[in-house]
Amino acid sequence: MKNYTADDKYIKALDPNKHELAIYTDDLHVSYGSSEAIHGVSLAFERFKITALIGASGSGKSTYLRSLNRMNDNIDGTKVTGKIMYRGLDINGPGINVYEMRKHIGMVFQRPNPFSKSIYDNITFAPKRNGLKDKNKLDELVETTLKQAALWNQVKDDLHQSALALSGGQQQRLCIARAIAMKPDILLLDEPASALDPISTSTVEDTLLALKDDYTIIIVTHNMQQAARISDYTAFFHLGNALEFDETSNVFTNPKIQATEDYVSGRFG
Amino acid sequence: MHDQIKESLLKKSRATRSERRGKLISLFCTAIIILVVVSIFYFVASKGLATFFSNKVNVWDFLSKTVWNPGSTDSHGNPQAGAFPMIIGSFAVTLLSAIIATPFAIATAIFMTEISPTKGYKILQPVTELLVGIPSVVYGFIGLSVVVPFVRHTFGGTGFGILAGTFVLFVMILPTVTSMSVDALRAVPRYYREASLALGATRWQTIYKVVLRSATPGLATAVIFGMSRAFGEALAVQMVIGNAALLPHNLVSPASTLTSVLTMGMGNTVMGSVSNNALWSLALLLLLMSLIFNLIINRIAKKGEL
Amino acid sequence: MNSKKWDKVATGVLYFIAGIMILILAFLLIYILVNGLPHVSWHFLTSSAKSFQSGGGIGVQLFNSFYLLFLAMLISVPLSIGAGIYLSEYARKNWLTSLIRSSIDILSSLPSIVVGLFGFLVFSIQAGLGFSILSGALALTVFNLPLLTRNVEESLNTISESQREAGLALGLSKWETVLRVVIPEALPGIVTGMILGAGRVFGEAAALIYTAGQSAPPLDFANWNPFYIASPLNPLRPAETLAVHIWKINSEGIMPDASQVSAGASAVLIIAVLLFNFGARYISARVYRRMTGGQ
Repeated sequence: MKNYTADDKYIKALDPNKHELAIYTDDLHVSYGSSEAIHGVSLAFERFKITALIGASGSGKSTYLRSLNRMNDNIDGTKVTGKIMYRGLDINGPGINVYEMRKHIGMVFQRPNPFSKSIYDNITFAPKRNGLKDKNKLDELVETTLKQAALWNQVKDDLHQSALALSGGQQQRLCIARAIAMKPDILLLDEPASALDPISTSTVEDTLLALKDDYTIIIVTHNMQQAARISDYTAFFHLGNALEFDETSNVFTNPKIQATEDYVSGRFG
Repeated sequence: MHDQIKESLLKKSRATRSERRGKLISLFCTAIIILVVVSIFYFVASKGLATFFSNKVNVWDFLSKTVWNPGSTDSHGNPQAGAFPMIIGSFAVTLLSAIIATPFAIATAIFMTEISPTKGYKILQPVTELLVGIPSVVYGFIGLSVVVPFVRHTFGGTGFGILAGTFVLFVMILPTVTSMSVDALRAVPRYYREASLALGATRWQTIYKVVLRSATPGLATAVIFGMSRAFGEALAVQMVIGNAALLPHNLVSPASTLTSVLTMGMGNTVMGSVSNNALWSLALLLLLMSLIFNLIINRIAKKGEL
Repeated sequence: MNSKKWDKVATGVLYFIAGIMILILAFLLIYILVNGLPHVSWHFLTSSAKSFQSGGGIGVQLFNSFYLLFLAMLISVPLSIGAGIYLSEYARKNWLTSLIRSSIDILSSLPSIVVGLFGFLVFSIQAGLGFSILSGALALTVFNLPLLTRNVEESLNTISESQREAGLALGLSKWETVLRVVIPEALPGIVTGMILGAGRVFGEAAALIYTAGQSAPPLDFANWNPFYIASPLNPLRPAETLAVHIWKINSEGIMPDASQVSAGASAVLIIAVLLFNFGARYISARVYRRMTGGQ
């Protein structure tokens, strides 16, 4: 593998006057203990678009994604510097309510992780904790989110069975439904289809495309076809740097740097 | 534009408060445990050291003299607090019971994991687990009604003494040591055995040269743990040891241990008196021994990691 | 001798020792049950003990054992859950945490007589509780806490990190996530540990002889006012438990039928321990089924 250096000029800057930005990072560094995993990444994400983060394993794309809603807080020894700006606030700033922030920046993980509760309770669990008690509203929420996640037809008759009895693809869609039940602004997905079979994968992809109208989606994937199929923007990560960022069609058909071309054409990864 | 989300990000919420409260509650619970540990050490030490500081008993005399009568003084005017007979008693029953229990426990554990891992394991596993839970007074009672008469008939004397104590402790620690040994043997990776058998070793050679060797730290921990239980056991031993604070002449003459003297004596002495302080010194000794056992187990675990 | 022969001999020896082991263990159980059960009757379980005549029962002691167990668990269960949560969820990897862990280890390995004497000194004398149920329950709590805490911590550690992330990503606090997601999932392990702990507490005697005391004054089962001196619920009365009773009558030996009463009481203790054991297995299996939603 060749060594590639990061250069700002291959990172497309989204003009805030033309594009509505949902969230952006400025010179973000993330380190675990003494080793730095992200070396200063500045990217902006447009609202109601899907942005894919691609790159080989160890490129830092997942770490970057997890820092966008501070999921790395729970790992001892994590240090974050630089800015993550959301609605005019740095989410790592003092006085930021991290729990409130995560309600608006939701996340779906690589392995489906439904609670060992019923399908119904999986979705209503967090809304209930936040004070939604009305039974009718809860029922409605379950129905709409499951429909959005393309799961309603399969489970509508046994909403009270355990979520663990579902197949892997269904579990992942339940996790998506659970995340959007919080009505987040931004949905972060960390390789959501990597543990799934091709059919489930394509259902999840359809779900994401349908969600685009209401949510800003940032998805980490190591599947280049997936990125090409569903995303509007693509960022290419390599060894802790974002080397290239542009509209997806440009990144895949006309990459500006050799590294991106090598990667999307499958020469390493 | 009025951004509600932005505002909510800057405000404390129910979650913030619940997190704060939860952290405090869990920290408080932990602090209580630590407080208990610290105060046990503080109180036992302050009482136990009074013998040496207030009552001027020489530490070396305490450990080596053989006359235990702290209420009266010797020719130099010092209290007669010689704990040597009890120290000997405690170590004797502990070491002897561990010496007998170890081969039994390890052999049974080998049987359960290597020879008959399905049938033997299925029978022995629940039985050992159950026996671990049997209260020590029940062991003491059986010792009193079975072991003591047996020793009396076979070896003469009263039947009370170190031998009876050893028997009782042997049976008492056997299930614990066995079940810990089973855990140690089961922790040996299966491929070690497969590799050895594939090289043409017999089952016994595999067990002896491969399995036992790599499980040694775990087995040692099991035995030390058993010893620490035996050393600290009070009532079961007290019931069969004979309770004579004398240097034992043989294994079947009445003797005593640190725990048995404590059990019998604490209720018959006045708080603050020399006799009472001397008992607390025995308790301190017990505390220190349990620390030492703990330390050894930690050492073994550390070595095992390397 | 060649290695094949050695193998046979060794296997034979192992069978022999395992056989002896089974014999010893079987003898223990059978001896207690055969000698004890004939003495166990409704009268034996309900009437109070007699010091100098035969025919006494263990009713008061049995009640005391359960009452003490209840109080001790009432204090130690919430404390151990709190501390277990701290160790598994909040404690960072540093010297302070390892110091805390070592102290809990040390506490769990202390001889119970030392715990009992500490309770005697601090609860009975310095706090002025005397020989009382309360003092005994506190001593049992000290005896019980470290193992329960370790059990809670270990049960929580078996739950996958992804469950915690799921809760956090929904904007729940760590505490809510632990309480509502992780603990329900870890419940089978926690409950099993609690029941086994209860069994241990039920049979403990050395920690009690100088805290809950060695006497069992008759109780008036018609008066449940906890402030009445002979009330069963009065937490400040002395309360000899079943296990202490067995020790007491055997070491004093003034009761003419001491060995029969001990045999009966031992059988009752063993059966209680058996029940705790089976209860633990049953409940953990049931809770597990319910939690995972299997039929």
